[in-house]
Amino acid sequence: MGKGVARSTAEPMGYSRWLLRAHSLLVFVFFYAPIVVLVVYSFNKSAVVGKWTGFSLSWYGDFLANDNIQRSIWISVKVCVASTVISVVLGTLAALSIERFRWWGQKAFDAVLYLPIIIPDVTMAVMMLVFFGETAELFNVIPGVDLTDGLEKLVLSHVAFNISFVSVVVRARLAGLDASMEEAAADLYASRWQVFRRVTLPQIMPGVLGGALLAVTLSLDDVVVSSFVSGVGATPVSVYVFGMLRKGVSPLINAVSVVILVASMALVVASLVLERATSSQKGK
Amino acid sequence: MPAVATQGLEHQAERAKSRQGFLLGLPAIVYLLVFFVIPLGIVIAYSFATRTRSGRTELNDWNVEAYRRLGEDVVRAVAFRSLWIAVLTTVVCLVLAYPLAYFISTRSPAVRNMMLVGVMIPFWSNFLIRTYAWRVLLDSDGLFTQMVSAVGLGDGRILFTSNAVILGLVYGYLPFMVLPLYASIERIDWSLVEGARDLYASGWMAFRRVVWPLSRPGVIAGSILVFVPSFGAFVTPAILGGNKKGLMGSYIVDQFLDARNGPLGASLSVVVLGVMLVGTLIYFRQGGRTL
Repeated sequence: MGKGVARSTAEPMGYSRWLLRAHSLLVFVFFYAPIVVLVVYSFNKSAVVGKWTGFSLSWYGDFLANDNIQRSIWISVKVCVASTVISVVLGTLAALSIERFRWWGQKAFDAVLYLPIIIPDVTMAVMMLVFFGETAELFNVIPGVDLTDGLEKLVLSHVAFNISFVSVVVRARLAGLDASMEEAAADLYASRWQVFRRVTLPQIMPGVLGGALLAVTLSLDDVVVSSFVSGVGATPVSVYVFGMLRKGVSPLINAVSVVILVASMALVVASLVLERATSSQKGK
Repeated sequence: MPAVATQGLEHQAERAKSRQGFLLGLPAIVYLLVFFVIPLGIVIAYSFATRTRSGRTELNDWNVEAYRRLGEDVVRAVAFRSLWIAVLTTVVCLVLAYPLAYFISTRSPAVRNMMLVGVMIPFWSNFLIRTYAWRVLLDSDGLFTQMVSAVGLGDGRILFTSNAVILGLVYGYLPFMVLPLYASIERIDWSLVEGARDLYASGWMAFRRVVWPLSRPGVIAGSILVFVPSFGAFVTPAILGGNKKGLMGSYIVDQFLDARNGPLGASLSVVVLGVMLVGTLIYFRQGGRTL
Protein backbone atom coordinates (compact mmCIF):
# COMPACT_ATOMS: atom_id res chain seq x y z
CA MET A 1 0.00 0.00 0.00
CA GLY A 2 2.66 2.43 1.14
CA LYS A 3 4.78 1.38 -1.79
CA GLY A 4 1.96 2.24 -4.18
CA VAL A 5 1.65 5.73 -2.73
CA ALA A 6 5.39 6.30 -2.97
CA ARG A 7 5.40 4.99 -6.53
CA SER A 8 3.02 7.71 -7.63
CA THR A 9 5.36 10.36 -6.24
CA ALA A 10 8.09 8.86 -8.43
CA GLU A 11 6.21 9.88 -11.55
CA PRO A 12 7.26 13.36 -12.61
CA MET A 13 4.65 16.11 -12.75
CA GLY A 14 3.65 18.72 -15.28
CA TYR A 15 5.23 18.75 -18.72
CA SER A 16 7.85 16.10 -17.97
CA ARG A 17 5.12 13.60 -17.16
CA TRP A 18 3.74 13.95 -20.67
CA LEU A 19 7.20 13.99 -22.20
CA LEU A 20 7.94 10.68 -20.49
CA ARG A 21 4.70 9.19 -21.78
CA ALA A 22 5.28 10.42 -25.31
CA HIS A 23 8.84 9.13 -25.26
CA SER A 24 7.77 5.67 -24.11
CA LEU A 25 5.10 5.53 -26.77
CA LEU A 26 7.62 6.52 -29.44
CA VAL A 27 10.09 3.83 -28.33
CA PHE A 28 7.33 1.23 -28.71
CA VAL A 29 6.55 2.62 -32.16
CA PHE A 30 10.26 2.29 -32.94
CA PHE A 31 10.14 -1.35 -31.78
CA TYR A 32 7.15 -2.37 -33.83
CA ALA A 33 6.85 -0.07 -36.85
CA PRO A 34 9.63 -1.75 -38.87
CA ILE A 35 8.05 -5.14 -38.25
CA VAL A 36 4.61 -3.89 -39.32
CA VAL A 37 6.02 -2.32 -42.48
CA LEU A 38 7.82 -5.55 -43.35
CA VAL A 39 4.62 -7.56 -42.92
CA VAL A 40 2.54 -5.09 -44.94
CA TYR A 41 5.00 -4.97 -47.84
CA SER A 42 5.14 -8.77 -48.03
CA PHE A 43 1.55 -8.56 -49.36
CA ASN A 44 2.51 -5.99 -52.00
CA LYS A 45 1.76 -6.90 -55.61
CA SER A 46 4.63 -4.83 -56.99
CA ALA A 47 8.09 -6.32 -57.50
CA VAL A 48 9.54 -2.99 -56.31
CA VAL A 49 9.51 -3.08 -52.55
CA GLY A 50 8.81 0.60 -51.86
CA LYS A 51 5.84 1.07 -54.21
CA TRP A 52 2.43 -0.18 -53.11
CA THR A 53 0.42 -1.36 -56.10
CA GLY A 54 -2.14 -3.62 -54.49
CA PHE A 55 -2.71 -6.66 -52.32
CA SER A 56 -1.29 -9.97 -53.42
CA LEU A 57 -0.33 -13.34 -51.95
CA SER A 58 1.91 -14.19 -54.89
CA TRP A 59 5.17 -13.79 -52.94
CA TYR A 60 3.99 -16.41 -50.47
CA GLY A 61 3.21 -18.62 -53.46
CA ASP A 62 6.78 -18.10 -54.69
CA PHE A 63 8.00 -18.97 -51.22
CA LEU A 64 6.07 -22.24 -51.22
CA ALA A 65 7.32 -23.07 -54.70
CA ASN A 66 10.97 -22.44 -53.86
CA ASP A 67 12.58 -25.84 -53.21
CA ASN A 68 15.86 -24.40 -51.94
CA ILE A 69 14.14 -22.46 -49.18
CA GLN A 70 12.00 -25.45 -48.22
CA ARG A 71 15.10 -27.63 -48.02
CA SER A 72 16.96 -25.09 -45.90
CA ILE A 73 14.01 -24.79 -43.51
CA TRP A 74 14.09 -28.56 -42.99
CA ILE A 75 17.81 -28.45 -42.29
CA SER A 76 17.24 -25.68 -39.73
CA VAL A 77 14.46 -27.64 -38.05
CA LYS A 78 16.59 -30.81 -37.87
CA VAL A 79 19.62 -28.95 -36.49
CA CYS A 80 17.45 -27.01 -34.06
CA VAL A 81 15.67 -30.08 -32.65
CA ALA A 82 18.83 -32.18 -32.35
CA SER A 83 20.95 -29.43 -30.80
CA THR A 84 18.18 -28.38 -28.41
CA VAL A 85 17.60 -31.92 -27.11
CA ILE A 86 21.32 -32.54 -26.56
CA SER A 87 22.01 -29.17 -24.96
CA VAL A 88 18.94 -29.36 -22.68
CA VAL A 89 20.10 -32.75 -21.32
CA LEU A 90 23.75 -31.75 -20.91
CA GLY A 91 22.94 -28.24 -19.67
CA THR A 92 20.44 -29.44 -17.04
CA LEU A 93 22.92 -32.04 -15.74
CA ALA A 94 25.62 -29.37 -15.56
CA ALA A 95 23.27 -27.04 -13.68
CA LEU A 96 22.42 -29.77 -11.13
CA SER A 97 26.07 -30.65 -10.74
CA ILE A 98 27.05 -27.07 -9.96
CA GLU A 99 24.07 -25.98 -7.85
CA ARG A 100 23.52 -29.13 -5.79
CA PHE A 101 27.03 -30.51 -5.28
CA ARG A 102 30.52 -29.41 -4.30
CA TRP A 103 33.47 -30.99 -6.04
CA TRP A 104 37.09 -30.31 -6.89
CA GLY A 105 37.52 -28.20 -10.03
CA GLN A 106 33.94 -26.95 -9.93
CA LYS A 107 34.97 -23.29 -10.01
CA ALA A 108 36.98 -23.81 -13.18
CA PHE A 109 34.06 -25.60 -14.85
CA ASP A 110 31.74 -22.79 -13.78
CA ALA A 111 34.03 -20.21 -15.42
CA VAL A 112 34.36 -22.18 -18.67
CA LEU A 113 30.59 -22.61 -18.73
CA TYR A 114 30.16 -18.83 -18.89
CA LEU A 115 32.56 -18.34 -21.80
CA PRO A 116 30.26 -19.47 -24.65
CA ILE A 117 27.70 -16.89 -23.48
CA ILE A 118 29.99 -13.90 -23.57
CA ILE A 119 32.10 -14.91 -26.55
CA PRO A 120 31.25 -12.90 -29.69
CA ASP A 121 29.63 -14.79 -32.59
CA VAL A 122 32.56 -14.05 -34.82
CA THR A 123 35.13 -15.55 -32.43
CA MET A 124 32.96 -18.63 -31.91
CA ALA A 125 32.61 -18.99 -35.69
CA VAL A 126 36.36 -18.71 -36.20
CA MET A 127 36.94 -21.29 -33.47
CA MET A 128 34.58 -23.78 -35.08
CA LEU A 129 35.98 -23.21 -38.59
CA VAL A 130 39.56 -23.71 -37.46
CA PHE A 131 38.69 -26.64 -35.20
CA PHE A 132 36.81 -28.62 -37.83
CA GLY A 133 39.44 -27.70 -40.39
CA GLU A 134 42.16 -29.23 -38.22
CA THR A 135 40.27 -32.20 -36.83
CA ALA A 136 37.60 -33.27 -39.38
CA GLU A 137 39.88 -36.06 -40.62
CA LEU A 138 40.37 -37.33 -37.08
CA PHE A 139 36.60 -37.45 -36.54
CA ASN A 140 35.96 -39.16 -39.85
CA VAL A 141 38.20 -42.05 -38.75
CA ILE A 142 35.57 -42.95 -36.14
CA PRO A 143 33.23 -45.47 -37.76
CA GLY A 144 29.80 -44.09 -38.58
CA VAL A 145 30.91 -40.46 -38.32
CA ASP A 146 31.08 -38.29 -41.39
CA LEU A 147 31.49 -34.56 -40.90
CA THR A 148 31.88 -33.70 -44.58
CA ASP A 149 28.12 -33.27 -44.96
CA GLY A 150 27.94 -30.28 -42.60
CA LEU A 151 24.73 -31.20 -40.79
CA GLU A 152 26.63 -32.84 -37.92
CA LYS A 153 29.01 -29.89 -37.70
CA LEU A 154 26.03 -27.54 -37.38
CA VAL A 155 24.53 -29.60 -34.55
CA LEU A 156 27.87 -29.96 -32.76
CA SER A 157 28.63 -26.23 -32.86
CA HIS A 158 25.10 -25.18 -31.84
CA VAL A 159 25.29 -27.50 -28.83
CA ALA A 160 28.67 -25.96 -27.96
CA PHE A 161 27.09 -22.55 -27.34
CA ASN A 162 23.65 -23.73 -26.16
CA ILE A 163 24.74 -25.92 -23.20
CA SER A 164 25.78 -22.78 -21.34
CA PHE A 165 22.57 -20.86 -21.99
CA VAL A 166 20.43 -23.80 -20.86
CA SER A 167 22.49 -24.32 -17.72
CA VAL A 168 22.29 -20.63 -16.76
CA VAL A 169 18.49 -20.63 -17.01
CA VAL A 170 18.13 -23.94 -15.12
CA ARG A 171 20.57 -22.78 -12.44
CA ALA A 172 18.58 -19.61 -11.86
CA ARG A 173 15.56 -21.82 -11.21
CA LEU A 174 17.48 -24.26 -8.99
CA ALA A 175 18.99 -21.47 -6.91
CA GLY A 176 15.50 -20.26 -5.96
CA LEU A 177 14.41 -23.73 -4.79
CA ASP A 178 14.75 -25.21 -1.35
CA ALA A 179 16.82 -28.41 -1.35
CA SER A 180 14.94 -29.64 1.75
CA MET A 181 12.18 -31.21 -0.39
CA GLU A 182 14.77 -33.41 -2.07
CA GLU A 183 16.33 -34.27 1.28
CA ALA A 184 12.92 -35.17 2.72
CA ALA A 185 12.23 -37.49 -0.23
CA ALA A 186 15.62 -39.13 0.24
CA ASP A 187 14.90 -39.58 3.97
CA LEU A 188 11.69 -41.38 3.00
CA TYR A 189 13.76 -43.95 1.08
CA ALA A 190 13.20 -42.61 -2.38
CA SER A 191 16.00 -43.73 -4.72
CA ARG A 192 18.17 -41.07 -6.36
CA TRP A 193 16.31 -41.52 -9.62
CA GLN A 194 12.93 -41.26 -7.88
CA VAL A 195 14.01 -38.06 -6.13
CA PHE A 196 15.05 -36.56 -9.45
CA ARG A 197 12.02 -37.78 -11.39
CA ARG A 198 9.35 -36.99 -8.75
CA VAL A 199 10.75 -34.00 -6.85
CA THR A 200 13.56 -32.17 -8.61
CA LEU A 201 12.44 -32.38 -12.24
CA PRO A 202 8.86 -31.13 -11.73
CA GLN A 203 10.19 -28.20 -9.74
CA ILE A 204 12.83 -27.16 -12.28
CA MET A 205 10.58 -27.83 -15.30
CA PRO A 206 9.86 -24.13 -15.99
CA GLY A 207 13.62 -23.53 -16.05
CA VAL A 208 14.22 -26.48 -18.35
CA LEU A 209 11.48 -25.29 -20.74
CA GLY A 210 12.83 -21.73 -20.61
CA GLY A 211 16.30 -23.04 -21.41
CA ALA A 212 14.91 -25.11 -24.27
CA LEU A 213 13.14 -22.06 -25.71
CA LEU A 214 16.36 -20.08 -25.52
CA ALA A 215 18.25 -22.90 -27.24
CA VAL A 216 15.64 -23.11 -30.01
CA THR A 217 15.74 -19.35 -30.54
CA LEU A 218 19.53 -19.14 -30.59
CA SER A 219 19.83 -22.09 -32.94
CA LEU A 220 17.35 -20.60 -35.42
CA ASP A 221 18.82 -17.09 -35.03
CA ASP A 222 22.41 -18.04 -35.57
CA VAL A 223 23.91 -16.80 -38.82
CA VAL A 224 27.60 -16.30 -38.23
CA VAL A 225 28.64 -19.63 -36.70
CA SER A 226 26.37 -21.54 -39.09
CA SER A 227 27.69 -19.85 -42.20
CA PHE A 228 31.23 -20.79 -41.15
CA VAL A 229 30.54 -24.49 -40.56
CA SER A 230 27.71 -25.35 -42.98
CA GLY A 231 28.71 -27.26 -46.07
CA VAL A 232 27.28 -26.96 -49.57
CA GLY A 233 24.68 -29.64 -48.87
CA ALA A 234 23.48 -28.30 -45.54
CA THR A 235 22.54 -24.61 -45.59
CA PRO A 236 20.21 -23.64 -42.74
CA VAL A 237 17.50 -21.10 -43.53
CA SER A 238 19.17 -18.25 -41.61
CA VAL A 239 22.31 -18.59 -43.73
CA TYR A 240 20.26 -18.97 -46.92
CA VAL A 241 18.23 -15.82 -46.19
CA PHE A 242 21.37 -13.93 -45.18
CA GLY A 243 22.92 -14.79 -48.53
CA MET A 244 19.75 -13.65 -50.33
CA LEU A 245 19.41 -10.35 -48.55
CA ARG A 246 23.03 -9.38 -48.93
CA LYS A 247 22.20 -9.14 -52.61
CA GLY A 248 19.40 -6.65 -51.98
CA VAL A 249 15.73 -6.21 -51.17
CA SER A 250 13.00 -8.27 -52.77
CA PRO A 251 9.36 -8.99 -51.93
CA LEU A 252 10.18 -12.71 -51.86
CA ILE A 253 12.60 -12.13 -48.97
CA ASN A 254 9.88 -10.10 -47.25
CA ALA A 255 7.53 -13.07 -47.44
CA VAL A 256 10.20 -15.50 -46.17
CA SER A 257 11.05 -13.04 -43.39
CA VAL A 258 7.45 -12.73 -42.30
CA VAL A 259 7.12 -16.52 -42.10
CA ILE A 260 10.27 -16.75 -39.94
CA LEU A 261 9.20 -13.79 -37.82
CA VAL A 262 5.72 -15.16 -37.20
CA ALA A 263 7.18 -18.55 -36.29
CA SER A 264 9.64 -17.04 -33.80
CA MET A 265 7.01 -14.74 -32.28
CA ALA A 266 4.52 -17.61 -31.96
CA LEU A 267 7.18 -19.51 -30.05
CA VAL A 268 7.66 -16.66 -27.57
CA VAL A 269 3.96 -16.04 -27.08
CA ALA A 270 3.34 -19.77 -26.59
CA SER A 271 6.06 -19.94 -23.96
CA LEU A 272 4.71 -16.87 -22.14
CA VAL A 273 1.23 -18.39 -22.08
CA LEU A 274 2.68 -21.70 -20.87
CA GLU A 275 4.65 -19.94 -18.17
CA ARG A 276 1.60 -18.08 -16.97
CA ALA A 277 -0.42 -21.30 -16.92
CA THR A 278 2.18 -23.19 -14.85
CA SER A 279 2.72 -20.33 -12.41
CA SER A 280 -1.02 -19.82 -11.83
CA GLN A 281 -1.35 -23.58 -11.26
CA LYS A 282 1.33 -23.31 -8.61
CA GLY A 283 -0.62 -20.49 -7.02
CA LYS A 284 -3.54 -22.83 -6.38
CA MET B 1 37.14 -44.15 19.02
CA PRO B 2 33.54 -44.32 17.76
CA ALA B 3 33.63 -40.55 17.16
CA VAL B 4 36.57 -41.04 14.81
CA ALA B 5 34.73 -43.81 13.01
CA THR B 6 31.65 -41.68 12.31
CA GLN B 7 33.86 -38.86 11.19
CA GLY B 8 35.48 -41.25 8.72
CA LEU B 9 32.09 -42.37 7.51
CA GLU B 10 30.89 -38.82 7.10
CA HIS B 11 34.00 -38.00 5.17
CA GLN B 12 33.40 -41.00 2.94
CA ALA B 13 29.78 -40.04 2.32
CA GLU B 14 30.84 -36.52 1.47
CA ARG B 15 33.39 -37.81 -1.01
CA ALA B 16 30.81 -40.11 -2.59
CA LYS B 17 28.45 -37.17 -2.96
CA SER B 18 31.09 -34.95 -4.48
CA ARG B 19 32.00 -37.73 -6.94
CA GLN B 20 28.34 -38.00 -7.90
CA GLY B 21 28.21 -34.27 -8.58
CA PHE B 22 31.27 -34.50 -10.77
CA LEU B 23 29.81 -37.43 -12.72
CA LEU B 24 26.59 -35.47 -13.37
CA GLY B 25 28.60 -32.64 -14.83
CA LEU B 26 30.96 -34.93 -16.73
CA PRO B 27 29.09 -35.11 -20.07
CA ALA B 28 28.99 -31.32 -20.32
CA ILE B 29 32.61 -31.05 -19.15
CA VAL B 30 33.82 -33.47 -21.83
CA TYR B 31 31.68 -31.81 -24.48
CA LEU B 32 32.89 -28.30 -23.73
CA LEU B 33 36.48 -29.53 -23.48
CA VAL B 34 36.35 -31.06 -26.97
CA PHE B 35 34.11 -28.55 -28.75
CA PHE B 36 34.96 -25.33 -26.97
CA VAL B 37 38.23 -25.35 -25.02
CA ILE B 38 40.24 -27.17 -27.68
CA PRO B 39 38.90 -24.94 -30.50
CA LEU B 40 39.77 -21.88 -28.41
CA GLY B 41 43.24 -23.33 -27.86
CA ILE B 42 43.67 -23.87 -31.60
CA VAL B 43 42.66 -20.25 -32.34
CA ILE B 44 45.18 -19.00 -29.79
CA ALA B 45 47.81 -21.30 -31.34
CA TYR B 46 46.92 -19.93 -34.79
CA SER B 47 47.55 -16.39 -33.61
CA PHE B 48 51.19 -17.35 -32.98
CA ALA B 49 51.53 -19.49 -36.12
CA THR B 50 53.04 -18.76 -39.52
CA ARG B 51 51.21 -17.93 -42.71
CA THR B 52 52.71 -19.55 -45.81
CA ARG B 53 52.84 -17.81 -49.17
CA SER B 54 49.84 -19.77 -50.39
CA GLY B 55 47.75 -18.50 -47.47
CA ARG B 56 47.83 -21.67 -45.42
CA THR B 57 48.40 -21.44 -41.69
CA GLU B 58 51.20 -23.71 -40.47
CA LEU B 59 51.47 -24.57 -36.82
CA ASN B 60 55.22 -24.08 -36.50
CA ASP B 61 57.80 -21.28 -36.31
CA TRP B 62 55.89 -19.65 -33.47
CA ASN B 63 56.04 -15.86 -33.59
CA VAL B 64 54.17 -12.72 -32.56
CA GLU B 65 54.07 -11.26 -36.07
CA ALA B 66 50.24 -11.27 -36.11
CA TYR B 67 50.12 -9.27 -32.88
CA ARG B 68 52.71 -6.83 -34.23
CA ARG B 69 50.43 -6.23 -37.22
CA LEU B 70 47.67 -5.06 -34.88
CA GLY B 71 49.58 -1.78 -34.64
CA GLU B 72 49.29 -1.17 -38.39
CA ASP B 73 47.18 1.78 -39.50
CA VAL B 74 44.63 -0.31 -41.39
CA VAL B 75 43.96 -2.57 -38.43
CA ARG B 76 43.95 0.32 -35.96
CA ALA B 77 41.44 2.22 -38.11
CA VAL B 78 39.11 -0.78 -38.15
CA ALA B 79 39.42 -1.20 -34.39
CA PHE B 80 38.74 2.48 -33.67
CA ARG B 81 35.79 2.62 -36.06
CA SER B 82 34.25 -0.42 -34.33
CA LEU B 83 34.92 1.10 -30.93
CA TRP B 84 33.34 4.41 -31.94
CA ILE B 85 30.25 2.76 -33.39
CA ALA B 86 29.85 0.54 -30.31
CA VAL B 87 30.18 3.56 -27.96
CA LEU B 88 27.64 5.61 -29.94
CA THR B 89 25.23 2.66 -30.04
CA THR B 90 25.52 2.25 -26.28
CA VAL B 91 24.92 5.95 -25.59
CA VAL B 92 21.89 6.13 -27.89
CA CYS B 93 20.45 2.98 -26.32
CA LEU B 94 20.92 4.41 -22.83
CA VAL B 95 19.22 7.68 -23.74
CA LEU B 96 16.28 5.86 -25.34
CA ALA B 97 15.96 3.10 -22.74
CA TYR B 98 16.30 4.97 -19.46
CA PRO B 99 13.09 7.02 -19.65
CA LEU B 100 11.21 3.98 -20.92
CA ALA B 101 12.52 1.75 -18.12
CA TYR B 102 11.65 4.48 -15.62
CA PHE B 103 8.15 4.85 -17.06
CA ILE B 104 7.54 1.08 -16.95
CA SER B 105 8.68 0.96 -13.29
CA THR B 106 6.11 3.57 -12.28
CA ARG B 107 3.14 1.68 -13.78
CA SER B 108 0.77 -0.67 -11.96
CA PRO B 109 1.88 -4.35 -11.93
CA ALA B 110 -0.56 -5.38 -14.66
CA VAL B 111 0.48 -2.60 -17.05
CA ARG B 112 4.13 -3.21 -16.16
CA ASN B 113 3.90 -6.87 -17.17
CA MET B 114 2.20 -6.01 -20.44
CA MET B 115 4.84 -3.43 -21.32
CA LEU B 116 7.64 -5.85 -20.42
CA VAL B 117 6.14 -8.46 -22.74
CA GLY B 118 6.08 -5.70 -25.37
CA VAL B 119 9.83 -5.25 -24.91
CA MET B 120 10.51 -9.00 -24.78
CA ILE B 121 8.78 -9.95 -28.02
CA PRO B 122 11.19 -8.10 -30.32
CA PHE B 123 14.03 -9.25 -28.07
CA TRP B 124 13.17 -12.89 -28.77
CA SER B 125 12.25 -12.48 -32.43
CA ASN B 126 14.67 -13.32 -35.18
CA PHE B 127 17.54 -10.80 -35.15
CA LEU B 128 18.43 -11.18 -38.82
CA ILE B 129 14.88 -10.48 -39.93
CA ARG B 130 14.54 -7.47 -37.63
CA THR B 131 17.70 -6.02 -39.16
CA TYR B 132 16.39 -6.74 -42.64
CA ALA B 133 13.21 -4.78 -41.79
CA TRP B 134 15.40 -1.66 -41.60
CA ARG B 135 16.97 -2.54 -44.95
CA VAL B 136 13.45 -2.28 -46.40
CA LEU B 137 12.71 1.02 -44.62
CA LEU B 138 16.03 2.62 -45.58
CA ASP B 139 15.95 1.59 -49.22
CA SER B 140 16.09 4.51 -51.66
CA ASP B 141 12.31 4.33 -52.10
CA GLY B 142 11.71 2.96 -48.62
CA LEU B 143 9.25 4.48 -46.17
CA PHE B 144 11.87 6.00 -43.85
CA THR B 145 13.74 7.68 -46.70
CA GLN B 146 10.53 9.08 -48.17
CA MET B 147 9.32 10.37 -44.80
CA VAL B 148 12.60 12.08 -43.96
CA SER B 149 12.79 13.83 -47.32
CA ALA B 150 9.11 14.78 -47.12
CA VAL B 151 9.67 16.46 -43.76
CA GLY B 152 12.65 18.23 -45.29
CA LEU B 153 15.47 16.77 -43.19
CA GLY B 154 17.87 16.13 -46.07
CA ASP B 155 17.36 13.36 -48.61
CA GLY B 156 17.21 10.69 -45.90
CA ARG B 157 19.58 8.37 -47.70
CA ILE B 158 21.54 6.80 -44.89
CA LEU B 159 21.67 3.19 -46.10
CA PHE B 160 25.24 1.83 -46.28
CA THR B 161 26.57 4.49 -43.91
CA SER B 162 27.76 4.24 -40.31
CA ASN B 163 24.52 5.93 -39.24
CA ALA B 164 22.51 3.09 -40.72
CA VAL B 165 24.72 0.59 -38.87
CA ILE B 166 24.22 2.44 -35.58
CA LEU B 167 20.47 2.62 -36.18
CA GLY B 168 20.37 -1.12 -36.84
CA LEU B 169 22.47 -1.94 -33.79
CA VAL B 170 20.33 0.30 -31.55
CA TYR B 171 17.22 -1.39 -32.88
CA GLY B 172 18.69 -4.84 -32.35
CA TYR B 173 20.13 -4.36 -28.87
CA LEU B 174 17.77 -1.84 -27.23
CA PRO B 175 15.94 -4.57 -25.23
CA PHE B 176 19.32 -5.56 -23.73
CA MET B 177 19.43 -2.06 -22.25
CA VAL B 178 15.78 -1.75 -21.20
CA LEU B 179 15.57 -5.00 -19.23
CA PRO B 180 18.52 -4.57 -16.79
CA LEU B 181 17.62 -0.88 -16.37
CA TYR B 182 14.06 -1.81 -15.52
CA ALA B 183 15.30 -4.50 -13.10
CA SER B 184 17.40 -1.99 -11.17
CA ILE B 185 14.93 0.92 -11.23
CA GLU B 186 12.02 -1.30 -10.21
CA ARG B 187 13.96 -2.37 -7.12
CA ILE B 188 14.38 1.21 -5.88
CA ASP B 189 12.68 2.00 -2.60
CA TRP B 190 10.48 4.92 -3.68
CA SER B 191 10.07 6.16 -0.14
CA LEU B 192 13.63 7.47 -0.50
CA VAL B 193 12.41 9.68 -3.34
CA GLU B 194 9.47 10.74 -1.24
CA GLY B 195 11.87 11.60 1.57
CA ALA B 196 13.98 13.73 -0.72
CA ARG B 197 10.87 15.54 -1.96
CA ASP B 198 9.73 16.13 1.62
CA LEU B 199 13.10 17.77 2.23
CA TYR B 200 12.33 20.22 -0.58
CA ALA B 201 14.43 18.55 -3.29
CA SER B 202 13.11 19.44 -6.73
CA GLY B 203 11.97 16.55 -8.93
CA TRP B 204 15.15 16.82 -10.94
CA MET B 205 17.31 16.94 -7.81
CA ALA B 206 15.60 13.85 -6.37
CA PHE B 207 16.26 12.04 -9.61
CA ARG B 208 19.92 13.06 -9.83
CA ARG B 209 20.77 12.39 -6.19
CA VAL B 210 18.59 9.35 -5.45
CA VAL B 211 17.25 7.49 -8.47
CA TRP B 212 20.24 7.80 -10.79
CA PRO B 213 22.87 6.54 -8.28
CA LEU B 214 20.62 3.66 -7.23
CA SER B 215 20.06 2.62 -10.84
CA ARG B 216 23.76 2.64 -11.72
CA PRO B 217 24.18 -1.16 -11.61
CA GLY B 218 21.48 -1.36 -14.30
CA VAL B 219 23.16 1.35 -16.35
CA ILE B 220 26.47 -0.49 -16.27
CA ALA B 221 24.95 -3.91 -16.91
CA GLY B 222 22.87 -2.64 -19.83
CA SER B 223 25.79 -0.70 -21.31
CA ILE B 224 28.01 -3.76 -21.31
CA LEU B 225 25.26 -5.97 -22.73
CA VAL B 226 24.89 -3.51 -25.63
CA PHE B 227 28.53 -2.55 -26.09
CA VAL B 228 29.94 -6.07 -26.23
CA PRO B 229 27.86 -7.47 -29.12
CA SER B 230 27.99 -4.12 -30.98
CA PHE B 231 31.78 -4.18 -30.95
CA GLY B 232 31.97 -7.59 -32.60
CA ALA B 233 28.85 -7.20 -34.76
CA PHE B 234 28.87 -8.86 -38.13
CA VAL B 235 25.31 -9.26 -39.38
CA THR B 236 24.14 -5.64 -38.97
CA PRO B 237 27.11 -4.01 -40.77
CA ALA B 238 26.85 -6.62 -43.52
CA ILE B 239 23.18 -5.80 -44.19
CA LEU B 240 22.97 -2.07 -43.44
CA GLY B 241 26.60 -0.99 -43.83
CA GLY B 242 27.15 -2.69 -47.15
CA ASN B 243 30.50 -3.83 -45.71
CA LYS B 244 32.24 -1.02 -47.55
CA LYS B 245 33.69 0.29 -44.34
CA GLY B 246 35.37 -2.53 -42.48
CA LEU B 247 34.34 -3.15 -38.91
CA MET B 248 35.95 -5.62 -36.51
CA GLY B 249 33.51 -8.49 -37.10
CA SER B 250 33.63 -8.39 -40.88
CA TYR B 251 37.37 -7.71 -40.90
CA ILE B 252 38.00 -10.91 -38.92
CA VAL B 253 35.72 -12.90 -41.21
CA ASP B 254 37.57 -11.50 -44.24
CA GLN B 255 40.90 -12.66 -42.82
CA PHE B 256 39.67 -16.24 -42.83
CA LEU B 257 37.54 -16.36 -45.96
CA ASP B 258 39.08 -13.87 -48.40
CA ALA B 259 42.51 -12.60 -47.34
CA ARG B 260 43.43 -16.05 -46.07
CA ASN B 261 45.48 -14.70 -43.20
CA GLY B 262 44.68 -17.13 -40.37
CA PRO B 263 47.19 -15.77 -37.83
CA LEU B 264 45.98 -12.17 -38.16
CA GLY B 265 42.32 -13.22 -37.96
CA ALA B 266 43.10 -15.37 -34.94
CA SER B 267 45.00 -12.62 -33.12
CA LEU B 268 42.11 -10.20 -33.74
CA SER B 269 39.67 -12.78 -32.38
CA VAL B 270 41.80 -13.11 -29.26
CA VAL B 271 41.76 -9.31 -28.83
CA VAL B 272 37.97 -9.14 -29.24
CA LEU B 273 37.61 -11.96 -26.74
CA GLY B 274 39.82 -10.00 -24.32
CA VAL B 275 37.55 -6.96 -24.62
CA MET B 276 34.53 -9.16 -23.85
CA LEU B 277 36.24 -10.74 -20.83
CA VAL B 278 37.08 -7.35 -19.33
CA GLY B 279 33.53 -6.16 -19.95
CA THR B 280 32.07 -9.27 -18.33
CA LEU B 281 34.31 -8.99 -15.29
CA ILE B 282 33.08 -5.41 -14.73
CA TYR B 283 29.52 -6.66 -15.20
CA PHE B 284 29.87 -9.29 -12.48
CA ARG B 285 31.74 -6.90 -10.19
CA GLN B 286 28.63 -4.72 -10.32
CA GLY B 287 26.66 -7.72 -9.12
CA GLY B 288 24.86 -7.89 -12.44
CA ARG B 289 22.98 -11.11 -13.00
CA THR B 290 19.86 -9.45 -14.21
CA LEU B 291 19.60 -11.34 -17.50
